[in-house]
Amino acid sequence: MNTSWFVVLSAFIFCVGATGVMSRRSPLVVLLCLELMLNAGNLALVAFARMLGNEEGQIFALIVVVVAACEVVIGLGIIVGMFRRRLPIDVDQMTELRG
Amino acid sequence: MNATGYGWLVLGAPLVGMLIIALGWRVLPGRSAGWLGSASIGISFLASVGMLIELVDRPEESRALVGTAYTYVETAGFRADLSILVDPLSVFMCLVVSGVSFLIHLYSISYMTSDQGFARFFAYLNFFVFSMLLLILAANFVLLLVGWAFVGAASYLLISFWYRRGTATAAGIKAFVINVIGDVGLVIGAFLLFDATGALDYASIFAAAPEVFARNDAQLVGACLMILVGAFAKSAQLPLHTWLPDAMEGPTPVSALIHAATMVTAGVYLIARCHPLFELAPIAADVSAILGTATLIFAASVAMTATDLKRVIAYSTMSQIGYMILGVSVAAYGAGLFHLMTHAFFKALLFMGAGSVIAAMGGIQSLDRMGGFRKAMPFTFVTFTIGALALAGFPLFAGFFSKDEILAYALERGGGYAVLGIVGYIAALLTAFYAGRMVFRVFFGLSVPEADELAKGHLAHGSHANPATGEEEDTDVGFPGSEHHVAEREWPMKLAMAPLALLAVVAGVLGIPGVTETLEHFLEPTFEDSRFAEVHPTAAAEWVGLAAGGLVAIIGLGAAFLYFMRDPGRRVATRERFAGVHRVLINKWYFDEIFDHAIVRPVAASGRFGRSVVESAFVQGVLVGGTVGVVRAGTSLARSIQTGELRSYAALLLVGVSALILYFLIVSS
Repeated sequence: MNTSWFVVLSAFIFCVGATGVMSRRSPLVVLLCLELMLNAGNLALVAFARMLGNEEGQIFALIVVVVAACEVVIGLGIIVGMFRRRLPIDVDQMTELRG
Repeated sequence: MNATGYGWLVLGAPLVGMLIIALGWRVLPGRSAGWLGSASIGISFLASVGMLIELVDRPEESRALVGTAYTYVETAGFRADLSILVDPLSVFMCLVVSGVSFLIHLYSISYMTSDQGFARFFAYLNFFVFSMLLLILAANFVLLLVGWAFVGAASYLLISFWYRRGTATAAGIKAFVINVIGDVGLVIGAFLLFDATGALDYASIFAAAPEVFARNDAQLVGACLMILVGAFAKSAQLPLHTWLPDAMEGPTPVSALIHAATMVTAGVYLIARCHPLFELAPIAADVSAILGTATLIFAASVAMTATDLKRVIAYSTMSQIGYMILGVSVAAYGAGLFHLMTHAFFKALLFMGAGSVIAAMGGIQSLDRMGGFRKAMPFTFVTFTIGALALAGFPLFAGFFSKDEILAYALERGGGYAVLGIVGYIAALLTAFYAGRMVFRVFFGLSVPEADELAKGHLAHGSHANPATGEEEDTDVGFPGSEHHVAEREWPMKLAMAPLALLAVVAGVLGIPGVTETLEHFLEPTFEDSRFAEVHPTAAAEWVGLAAGGLVAIIGLGAAFLYFMRDPGRRVATRERFAGVHRVLINKWYFDEIFDHAIVRPVAASGRFGRSVVESAFVQGVLVGGTVGVVRAGTSLARSIQTGELRSYAALLLVGVSALILYFLIVSS
């Protein structure tokens, strides 16, 4: 199968994720969409690895999976913490970093 | 032990004494700090005698020894050692300084007994003696400057010893500022010499000077004039003299030690030490001689009208140092230093006597309030009178021989110097007059209540107030103590004054023209390279000078007797008749006012201008305000980007990354 199909799919998933990150207000969904973007990247890596016939892209994909897992742990932890302190679960209201 | 070993001991004893007293003041009981301080100076004096014995044992041509402890600085082309120079001049100065200092320490043990700062006083005093000896023994300009600056600091500490007295701290600051002007002058002078000769130790500079400098070379004259600035600031000569009268705010032993016998003679020592340079630069020597003469007549004239007993003696000190400066500037080194020694004896004695009288008056220093102490204070009367006679140059007293020798040398040089010598004789007349005035006004005339009380055995302790302003004071630390002490009742004070009185009478035997001249022979090795070594008035000429000087002294004292004893009413009449002259004299020729208008006020005005215009408008407004404005504008721009909204950050990130990728795609295609 032609590599371009995988790349097109990967780009589509990436755009879905990016749109989600920018348009949704729930931090949970934002995290989810981030995962989508990461995995879109993974898909592209694996696809190109297959095309070139070596394993380096796959190794990178594995590393990205590990990083994504860590990131999700932290992100979810923050969200749980916010929930416990009864803070609004809404990214539009989390503007404490405004200068 | 060899001579330099003794030299280090001379320096070490006061230093150790100072450290022990300064660190152990809490545990030293009673007067022990005073005894400890005196003992350390006593050791110093004995070591000086040791140096003298060692030096006299050596042949005349090898009587200049240098002892080096270690090398202080060594870089390419420059080397400064921590080294001392033991030669007849420094040994002579050490003997005078440590000897007189020892007696004044002894005097202070009694005089300062009830002061709360007793131990502090002796720590300062020992520090001063250490610094002075360091100044004398230094073998190069670096160490000389260390001692020079230390002495100024010690003088400041001791003038402001009663540090809660506003007038005392102001006087201390004044003295320190003028001394620092001198220090700067001396540093510049040393630099000019180093620039030309590449050395800083006396031996190398003096050896190189005749080769590098032509006679009256501009750089050498500049260096000598800068050295003179240092010498004149320390020795209170015109126009850097105004600090000395104010320095009388310090305790009387300080006035005796620093502002009469030792520190103020440092300038004379320096000129004598640098005589090879001054002989190569006769212009500088002439400037020095003229200013010294101007000072001696100016100070003598002011001393005639000053009413504060200590200030009379202070002006007299300036005047006598003027004689010494004149002496060493006209190449009469032996005579100048001889006068330095006799002056140290009789002036310290006069101050000690004055301290005793002031104590009997309960702290009052005004001559107008004093009178008739002759019966109540016989010991003080006798010693003070001896001091005054020696000061006046009364025949056969110490000052008689030393002062007239200087003037004889000045007349021998002839020409303009003869004029200076004649001015010196006129000032000698004034000196005799004011010396008589002090004695007659303090000890004769109607006796004041304090004198009557003292004769009955009751010592007035006076009110605790500043004698200058009348402000109320307590007797805690920072102010004078509760009790006063007069020589009649304290044996250490008597023990200190008696030897000085003896020396003020007999010290002249060290330099009777044509008979002894011991001192001059002793100092000869230091000054044998002088161009004027052979210029020497004949004994006959000196005796004529002595006769003239003696006559002048007797006339002056006689005039004072007629004036103050026979007809006291005439005093007021004269004062009113010559009101203008009197006003000029009592205002010290308006030197303070001139300095105030010429220097202090312009500087203060420029300071105010700087603060109101330069500081607030330019620095605060333009520099600081401008920087703040730029930074503030920049930050508000940066802050406006930081919205804190997660989604806009994400959008920015995406747009940014997309833009980058697009850019690279376009570039690479």
